Amino acid sequence: MAEFNTSVKDQGDVSIVYLNGYLDAHTASVLENNFSELISKDKYKIVVNFKDLQYISSAGLGVFMAFIEKIRENNGDIKLTSMSDKVYNIFDLLGFPLLYEIYRSEEEAVKKFEEIKKLEK
Amino acid sequence: MKEKELQVKSRTENLSKIREFIQDYASSVGFDQEAIDNMMLAVDEACTNIIKHAYKSYPDGEIVIKISYKEKKLTINIIDFGKAFHPESIPEPNIQEYYKQHRVGGLGMYLMKTLMDEVKYISIPGKYNQVFLTKSLNSSH
Repeated sequence: MAEFNTSVKDQGDVSIVYLNGYLDAHTASVLENNFSELISKDKYKIVVNFKDLQYISSAGLGVFMAFIEKIRENNGDIKLTSMSDKVYNIFDLLGFPLLYEIYRSEEEAVKKFEEIKKLEK
Repeated sequence: MKEKELQVKSRTENLSKIREFIQDYASSVGFDQEAIDNMMLAVDEACTNIIKHAYKSYPDGEIVIKISYKEKKLTINIIDFGKAFHPESIPEPNIQEYYKQHRVGGLGMYLMKTLMDEVKYISIPGKYNQVFLTKSLNSSH
């Protein structure tokens, strides 16, 4: 059976979620729980690192859609990073790059949150 | 190549087994990995729709997947015995609507149409639904 797991790391006030394996209709609830937990702790600055994600179906894409508005209403965002070409192509086919910021590296995505923070001061 | 068949229960835990079944057959007849990845995703989307909509997450429905290869064309025939399906009732994907509604709908069908050469539905209400997905060995994606 295909595996999917995640891990979460805090870097300052940014939470980085690492995806590993196969994200489909069976495993999507794992990521849903991650987002729900972050929101319950008022952590709205989220970077999702796709480096070790092998596969995503529309059920996985749906998870991002379920939480994004709530997160943005709280001055946060979900920024995506380090996608393989294969996974990016699926996002691109469906027009997701219009709604989500996608960065090559995790550092860039985290930095973006820090820049916004500076502007807010 | 001889037709092969996989029968599974309508549970999302079986999606990985379904993808492996497609991977093994398509690679044995010579498709490249990019084409196989597309086929696996299309079949995953079809079966996810069956589990969620035809069987409404009832876990003991049957899904039968038949795969064959003839004249450089691979055909995947997926059969279920759940609620009748009307493909014309599924809206075109609209990213702005998803944002407003906090959910996605119709994405799977759009992906299937985009990733395969041909998608055809046959629904006999009260009996079965069938979807045929085809891909030629020489098609561009």
